[in-house]
Order: sequence, then C-alpha cells, then structure tokens
Amino acid sequence: MRTSIRVGAVAMATAATLLMSGCSANTGGGSDGPVELNYWAWAPNLEEVVDIWNAENPDIQVTVQKQDGGDPAITKLLTAIKAGSGAPDLIQAEYQKIPTLVSSDALADLTEYGAGDIEDSFADGVWDSVTLGSDAIYAVPQDSGPMMFFYRADILEQLGLAVPTTWDEYAEVARAVHASDPAKYLGTFSSNDAGWFTGMAQQAGASWWGIDGDAWSVDIAETPTETVAGYWGGLVEEGVIDNKPMYTPEWNAGLNNGEQVGWLSAVWAPGVLGGNAADTAGLWKAAPMPQWDVDAPATGNWGGSSTAVTTQSEHPEAATKFATWLNTDAEAVQALVTTAGIYPADAAQAKAALTAPPEFFSNQPDFYDVAAEVADTVSPFTYGPNVNVAYSAYNDEFAKAADAKTQSAFLDAVAAMQKITTADMKKSGFTVE
Amino acid sequence: MTVTEAPVATRSSTPSVRRGRGTFRSRVLVPYAMLAPGIILFVAFMAAPIFYTLFLSFQKTKVSGLGLGSGARSTVFAGIDNYVTTLTNTEFGASVGRVLVYGFILIPLMLGLALLFALLLDSRRTRAAGFSRTAIFLPYAVPAVISSLLWGFLYLPAVSPFYFVFDKLGWDVPSLLSSGGVTFAIANIALWGGVGFNMIVMYTSLKSVPSDIYEAAKLDGASEIQIALRIKIPIIAPAIVMTALFSMVATLQVFAEPTTLRPLTNSLSTSWSPLMLVYRDAFTRDDIYSAAATSIVIALVTFAFSFLFLRVVQKRAFGQED
Repeated sequence: MRTSIRVGAVAMATAATLLMSGCSANTGGGSDGPVELNYWAWAPNLEEVVDIWNAENPDIQVTVQKQDGGDPAITKLLTAIKAGSGAPDLIQAEYQKIPTLVSSDALADLTEYGAGDIEDSFADGVWDSVTLGSDAIYAVPQDSGPMMFFYRADILEQLGLAVPTTWDEYAEVARAVHASDPAKYLGTFSSNDAGWFTGMAQQAGASWWGIDGDAWSVDIAETPTETVAGYWGGLVEEGVIDNKPMYTPEWNAGLNNGEQVGWLSAVWAPGVLGGNAADTAGLWKAAPMPQWDVDAPATGNWGGSSTAVTTQSEHPEAATKFATWLNTDAEAVQALVTTAGIYPADAAQAKAALTAPPEFFSNQPDFYDVAAEVADTVSPFTYGPNVNVAYSAYNDEFAKAADAKTQSAFLDAVAAMQKITTADMKKSGFTVE
Repeated sequence: MTVTEAPVATRSSTPSVRRGRGTFRSRVLVPYAMLAPGIILFVAFMAAPIFYTLFLSFQKTKVSGLGLGSGARSTVFAGIDNYVTTLTNTEFGASVGRVLVYGFILIPLMLGLALLFALLLDSRRTRAAGFSRTAIFLPYAVPAVISSLLWGFLYLPAVSPFYFVFDKLGWDVPSLLSSGGVTFAIANIALWGGVGFNMIVMYTSLKSVPSDIYEAAKLDGASEIQIALRIKIPIIAPAIVMTALFSMVATLQVFAEPTTLRPLTNSLSTSWSPLMLVYRDAFTRDDIYSAAATSIVIALVTFAFSFLFLRVVQKRAFGQED
C-alpha cells in the first residue's frame, strides 16, 4: 500500500527541522548601528505597514519574517525558547495562545516599558486576554473578532421573518426557515470550530479558566456553557439546525446557494463570505448577536491576535515601542485596515479608520457602526495554559454529540471537556482547584 | 505438475570464485567503506530517532504552581508513567480496534482484487494488457492526501455527482461519511490507491514464471482457470504473503486518509487511528512525551503482528523451499 507515506513523513519532518534551524533569527544589531528587530507574523501585507515605521524610525529597524499561520509560528517559537536561541523579538500571537506562551516563559512582561499607558484604548475583554487578569502585560492587542449574526436579508424578508434579537427568537426563526424548505437552515452547529463555540460561551458569561491565588480553576462545566450547549443540542435534536461542520465544500455550497440562511460569525466574516459565496454579494446583512439578556447585551470573540515581545529579545523596550505604535497609532491602524484587512482592537482608531463598509456588504453602509457597537460589548474571558487540549477535546466530544443529535449528548460533551482539560492540567503538575 | 521444482529462486550455492588473499585494507577496510553510506544513513535517520523517541518516552513535563513565568516548567524523569497512560488509555484501545476492523475490510478486498487483476492481465486471452495495467496502477501515483480530498468531495452528498444521480433516480443513499459508513469510506480510498501497487507486485512475480510450465499443464488438459488456481497462485504465494505483510503494516499506520477527511464529518475523531492519536498528543496537545511512548507501543505491536503473521504463514507459503 502506501509505504511511501512513511518515507514522505520522514522527509517532511527532516525538512521541517532544517527549516526551523534555518529560520532562526539573529537578534539585535551592533552597539553603534540601528536596533534591528525581527518580527514573526502572518497577517497579509503586514510588511507594508512596517515599512512606514522603518521610514520614520531609522534607529529601530523592523524586519517581518512571514509565517504560515498562528499554529506553526507558535510551535516554532516554543522550539526556539526550549533551544535557548533563535526566537524573534516580536511575534504575532493569537489571544488563546498567550497563556501557553507565558507558561513556557516565552513572552516578556511589558509593564516596565510603559505598555500600561495604552490600556484605555482597548475593551476590557480584550485587555484581559493580554494580562491574563494579572498585573503583567504580555502583549499589545492587535485585532479582535467580535461575534455578530450574519443573515440573508432577502430570504428572511421573503419569509416575512424579523431579525432575531434574542436566542428564543433565533430558535423561532430557525424553525420557520427550516419549515419553509427542509433543505434550508438558519445555521449549523460545527464541531470543528472550537473558537466559535468558545465565543458563544463567552457571550453567555463563561470564562473557562480562572486564577485564584496560586491555583487555576477550570470552569467549563458551569451554567453559561451548559446553557449554550443545551440550547444548541435542543435545536440539533429538533432538526431545525444543521449538524454538519463549517468550512467544508458542502457548507460553502450551502452559503452560496441559499441553503445556509445565516451564520453566527465574527467581524471578519465578509472576507470568508466573499470567497465562498460570491454569488450572494449584497444579499447579506450583519446584526448584533441574538442575546440571552436583552438588557445586558454581550458578545464573544472568535479570532483575533496580539503583538508580543519574546523573552529572547535583546531590545524589549524598542520592541514595545514598535508594538504600541503598530496597534494604536492612527496612521499604522489605518494601514493595518487597508493593507492587512484586519479589524483593529483599538476601538477609537478602528472607528476612525473604518468608514466605508466591506465591499461584500456594500448594501449595509452602517456595517462598521454595528461592529463598533458590538465590539464594545465583548465579555471578559480568561484563557488557560492548555487551551489546545480543551479545543481538541471540543472537536472530539462535540463531534460525537453532533452525530448523536441529542441534547443530553451535548451536555455530556461539556462534562467531558471539563474532565479532559482538568486531567491534563493535573497531569502536568498545575495546581488546580 | 512440476511446482516443487519450479522457479522460485533455488538457493544459490556458494560461488566458487577463489578468494583473494588481499591485504587488511582490501579485506576489511574496503567492505566497510562500501557499507559506510548505508550504516551512516541508518544510524542518522533510523537508529538515532528511535533511541531519541525511547529517551523522550521516559520523560514528562512538570509544572509548578500556576505555571506562569520563568522556571515554571521543567522536564523530569517519568519512569513508565507514559507507558501506563498509553496502555490504560481507552482512546488508544478504541483506535486500535477501529484500524483492525478497517484492516479486515480492506486487506482481503484489496489483495483479492489485486490477485484477480494480476491473473487476468497474465491470461493469454487478455487484450490491451499494457493499457489496463497502467490504468489499474495509476491511482497509486496519486498521493493519499490528494485522493482523500477527491473522494471527500465525492462522499459529500451536497457536492457529489454520485448523489446527484442517486437523487435523480429517487434513491435515498445514506452518506458514507456517517458514523456507520466512515470506515468503508476510508477503506475505499485505500483500496482505490492500493490495488494497483499490489497488482504490479503479483503480476511481476507471475511474469517470472517460465511459460513451459503452462505448456505442460495445457498438454495435460488444464483449463486457464485450473492453471490459475493450481499453478499460478501457489507459485506466487510468497509475493502474496509479502503484499499482505506490507498491507497489514500500512493498515496499522493509516493516517493521511482519515486526517484529510476529518474536517468534513462528525464521525472521525482526532484519535480515530493510533497514529492520529500520536499526532494529536504531540502537536495539538503539546505532550511529545506520551506521544513518544505511544509510538513505541505501536512499533512493538506492529513488529509483533508482522512476526506472528510470518510465523503462521511461512510454513505454508515457503514450505516447499525448505
């Protein structure tokens, strides 16, 4: 059969090792030359934004080293930290990776370099993600992914349905949509996207980890997450919400042909919809998420990253200065929006930079007003040091639940996530309450 | 019947070339120099990684307190902890069980088809043998990841041309990606890719049989089917055993197909096969140490299986040679 797979895997592993050592960055310049900083990032066209900085700051020159994406960059960084050399000065780190990196002593505390001054530029929920609720500051927030509800305005109108503002209404609309045509669904419950479910639990008030003195707590199997899981389990059991994963050819086709009538996603959704459902341009609209409590509107985050300084950097102060400029300076944020296409975490700058709606949503001139309003309501959430384990447990346990299509299986999945995540932390030696 | 005499390479007698009385250099150094590339490559890319894996499998990460900041994480000796974890892990047992079922479906089908095709191609009446051989072999040239993507599209009812036709015919065909069908879905991909390779191995083995044996059988009045069943299959038995062994090893190591299909369905977990479990532990859960222990266990089980299999079939397949 495929003995060649093994050979291929070995070759790939070897190549990866060679690449890793080859990519090792050498830090810093001489004492008289300008400070040279290496920056590992994967946001598209980020080097063009960095060029603006380099032109204005001859003393601190930043070089972007393009990475494949969030996961590989972090794996490489952890390897370099273990090896004792080879890490860059700066790295683009997703929020949920920060605790893992801090736990491996990969990120420098930026408090002493004045990063505390920019706290007010960011929503509390976002700031929490870079401080882990402590006095330290481990990164400067770059972009965020406040969750919103995207729907096919034309189909809802045709069916005479109002845009749901609460989860009860969402369930009603889901029933009506599915009743109108058994192939149509208002949404799907995806067992592949742990970040998506985390964002929805966050909206309901969950915070899956917590720090209490010298001990961690794992709070997945608590009321907020159980409520969310039970809600979706009920809808899947009823059959009015699809149970197939997102980001499959089938799901893409559903978005494009109108079988998927809505998508609970984040502010970056226009880019995905534009790529997967090009035929439907101008037919979608964005609204705030349906709410559990209309008097206290809330949302969660799906995606988003920060700029962090590594512990191997010889110029943490210069690096902090750059990271602060990149994410809070008006010109830099404008450039991030136009060339890198991100949604800035700095709320005030985001508002100034985002004036026209995304092209795919040209029918909704107030797209970014809605986004700004939503971004302000992101609930606080603490990520723990083994998000990777919790996320992979989500994939496995909720795949089983989505396959079983029963509400009780969804609740069992939450309990299993709690058990696996706690057991992993205890096994590693963390103090867990 | 002349089977016993036949073609399977008779043990070559010691060559009668007179041994030169060379110097130490030519008698010792030269052979070792010739072996050196092989030895070096083996040590660097086979032995060293194995020993490193063994070394890793006896370690674990130890975190103190909150595990934040410098010095919070250290690597300590774990004894046999990782092995105990692996062997008591129900996920591991379940993954082994799944690949065994997968193997029971795949291997007989794949080798049966490969043998059938090899015999058909070898039959005198076959036309366009060259074209057919290439056509059957070709899927093997498609990398497993690519073929899994292709088949993945064909399995998804919403985008599959098959399901379009089933739909038009009014048939309600369940998705192969559902929990009941996913093993068949994966076996089918491996079957599609694997038949050609095994067919070529058997066919090559058939081609090395001198044709006078068949002439003799013909004269004795044997039909094509009798020749196939009573001459060809016994003669190529060693080749069949070898392909079976390769297939068993590959079955235990199945990884690319289920990993590629996983995002498309709820019925494949990240620990569906033993190697997927290793991959998840090492790279998703960041626990390279228990992944190393699981790898060692898989390697040992594979060895044990192969050895047992050879012991059982050796007598029957290679018996005539002894």
